[in-house]
Amino acid sequence: MSDADQTGAVEESVPQPLPPHATKRGAFGVAGSGDTSGFSGLVRRVANPAVLPAGTPRDLWGGHAPTVDRLSAALAEAGVGDEAIEKVLVDRDELTVFVSRERLLDVVRTLRDDPELRFEMCLGVSGVHYPDEVGRELHAVYPFLSLTHNRRLRVEVTAPDDDPHVPSIVSVYPSNNWHERETWDFFGLVFDGHPALTRIEMPDDWPGHPQRKDYPLGGIPVEYKGATIPPPDERRSYSG
Amino acid sequence: MGIEEKLPSGFLLSRVEDVAGYFRKGSLWPATFGLACCAIEMMTTGGPRYDLARFGMEVFRASPRQADLMIVAGRVSQKMAPILRQVYDQMPNPKWVISMGVCASSGGMFNNYAIVQGVDHVVPVDVYLPGCPPRPEMLIDAILTVHDKIATTPLGPHRRDAEAEAEQTALVATPTHEMKGLLR
Amino acid sequence: MTDTTGVQADDVTFTAGVRETTEGPVYTVSGQDWDSLTAEIVGNERVVVNMGPQHPSTHGVLRLILELDGETVTEARAGVGYLHTGIEKNMEYRTWTQGVTFCTRMDYLSPFYNETAYVLGVEKLLGISDQVPERASVIRVLLMELNRISSHLVAIATGGMEIGALTVMTIGFREREVLLHLFEDLTGLRMNHAFVRPGGVAQDLPPDGLDKVREAVVWLKKHLPEYEAFCNENPIFKRRTVGVGYLDLAGCMALGMTGPVLRATGLPWDLRKTQPYCGYETYDFDVPTRDTMDSYGRFRIRVDEMWQSLRIVEQCVERLEEPGPVMVEDKKIAWPAQLSIGSDGQGNSLDHIRHIMGESMEALIHHFKLVTEGFRVPAGQVYSAVESPRGELGVHVVSDGGTRPYRAHFRDPSFNNLQAVPAMTEGGQVADVIVAVAGIDPVMGGVDR
Repeated sequence: MSDADQTGAVEESVPQPLPPHATKRGAFGVAGSGDTSGFSGLVRRVANPAVLPAGTPRDLWGGHAPTVDRLSAALAEAGVGDEAIEKVLVDRDELTVFVSRERLLDVVRTLRDDPELRFEMCLGVSGVHYPDEVGRELHAVYPFLSLTHNRRLRVEVTAPDDDPHVPSIVSVYPSNNWHERETWDFFGLVFDGHPALTRIEMPDDWPGHPQRKDYPLGGIPVEYKGATIPPPDERRSYSG
Repeated sequence: MGIEEKLPSGFLLSRVEDVAGYFRKGSLWPATFGLACCAIEMMTTGGPRYDLARFGMEVFRASPRQADLMIVAGRVSQKMAPILRQVYDQMPNPKWVISMGVCASSGGMFNNYAIVQGVDHVVPVDVYLPGCPPRPEMLIDAILTVHDKIATTPLGPHRRDAEAEAEQTALVATPTHEMKGLLR
Repeated sequence: MTDTTGVQADDVTFTAGVRETTEGPVYTVSGQDWDSLTAEIVGNERVVVNMGPQHPSTHGVLRLILELDGETVTEARAGVGYLHTGIEKNMEYRTWTQGVTFCTRMDYLSPFYNETAYVLGVEKLLGISDQVPERASVIRVLLMELNRISSHLVAIATGGMEIGALTVMTIGFREREVLLHLFEDLTGLRMNHAFVRPGGVAQDLPPDGLDKVREAVVWLKKHLPEYEAFCNENPIFKRRTVGVGYLDLAGCMALGMTGPVLRATGLPWDLRKTQPYCGYETYDFDVPTRDTMDSYGRFRIRVDEMWQSLRIVEQCVERLEEPGPVMVEDKKIAWPAQLSIGSDGQGNSLDHIRHIMGESMEALIHHFKLVTEGFRVPAGQVYSAVESPRGELGVHVVSDGGTRPYRAHFRDPSFNNLQAVPAMTEGGQVADVIVAVAGIDPVMGGVDR
């Protein structure tokens, strides 16, 4: 921030803080004294797909504009208000609507019931864990399909790691039952209101949530004649 | 196992071994333990082209109590491992195990938290069959290897001698990762 | 009081025993003691029977937990996860192309569908969807439709075997052998091919590939009517399947069912027609439906779909007469290696080796970088879906700009469709549970991933 425009020539703009991003240090996945590559001081900023896109401007929505407009209008009619939609992203011709988790049930009910939206099917929940996106680590991605209008849409909800709760949409889309159980099993994302949120893929007493980024892959070193190869997540990586 | 274990060593025991082995291998009934892709190849081996019925083995007994051979076909997950052991325990002696496919033999391409890295962590294996999935001909080769193993199984004192010798060999054997100098 | 027919159940008990567990008493029965057992159990206690993960109904390691009242199922639950392999997490540690070899083993009866769904997602992320050569798309369609036939053959074969129609099983596997031989000729492997790669397919068809496909089509046309002859009007088959596993359109919509189960309600929803991919809009085929909403309708749909797949295969063969490239032109993405059968039965194509070692340094660099590191995919996320033999197989792929998937989640149709087991079976008989599950045709590799 410039103090005073003494000469009026230089005007500094407020430096915008970079959005949260991951950094990678070094190259080839080696660290510490084992790193003889010479790249140990390298610090790179890595793209974070959920953070970099800051929402698509409206004129780039293309064919998805009517869907978003109708969703906003229907939400307004239902008294939900536009703060439910955090941002709209149209990328590679696919529509993603980021919804705040408090309003998820209202949005989802509107998607199902409104005749112009009529997304009959929810194709499950996909959990994604972004440990670098502090405060919004756990994402739950819901793809929707409308058979009547032959359209697809994606709803994405975020939750922080220290409060991993998202309302369950099983009351609106019963088919999400097992998908939510699976996401709880693999990410520790608790779906409030789910009738029976138990582990489905892992054994019932398994500790931890395997598909989180802080859970190791869990392999064992492989023995060959004369050598041992470490498991895939501990090997030297040549793609940095 | 039975009366044949109590016979004294000698020519008579060798004859009993031959006869018992011949009959045991000729009437081997596999237990269904098809898990994943290898199970499909196992079913194909029981199908008309790669006919397992020529060995009398097309009857995959669902009940382990009536089975002799457990072909573990497919990847064994952590959740499935106790069931695998329970089914193995329910099989009466004599029993043999073929681990079919690389996933059953060593964990295969899935070196991770969810797969048991080789069913020999859970059950003793007689024949390991690599492949992803192994061709039906390879499975038949493994079955014939088991047949050979059954036909030459020692009994009674011969068995005890063979086991002692195997134990001695294993105690002094080089571990795999110590086998150096093979690339010269 | 005696009766002349046998054992006096009220005098003697044959139960092998009862033991207390944390879930309550567990009774072990060993024969001829069911009456004495049920006499011991007071009316409102639940008898829960486990059709455990290891059972002869070869749909894989599915655990069915049934609460029985005599022969009637009052509650049914499906327990899954016995084949969980951690494929999705494994894919995060491999390059994009190596991911194909992992995802192909999910739904192991229809590997080409797993591969194609994933590869279509990756190509969408790369932005090269319209640069994929047409011949590659036609080969993908050809392999997928042949895979549909072989998958339906297994569904009908194992379904028939579970009912007791063993001949259907043997002929099903006989036809499937023809198709697996064909796959081996075209792709190199009978199952789990890893043939569809991002950018196209791994290799072109062999010189006699089209003739072999034509022969297989002739064979199938001759033998597919046998399935209809065996089952369509078979009174036992009909009595076992008609009215069993009933799920109407409302139920399908509530449970998110797709595939033959949905088409058995009369709704002709097929992604190949409604949201075409790989050029499906240019092929001439019908979407069979029935309106009986039961397992019989699903069986008939599967047989009809096999005939429709044969139609598509013939159209593919016509289009493959013309040669063309099978990989995208961008050398920074196209899979470089070519294989051919060497003197020892395997190996790199000598032409390719001569090219990269002698002729083009750039080709050598591309080969090296693509095989060791892989290509980089721009950041973003994509959902791509194909119509697999079991329903909609969707892939949610997330990239962070690197050479490895950040997250690849598969929405497997069997995982979703198995949720319908309670709806289809409660109130019915135990034997109908098997038929209902066979009608859904789940593949546990896809369910558990």
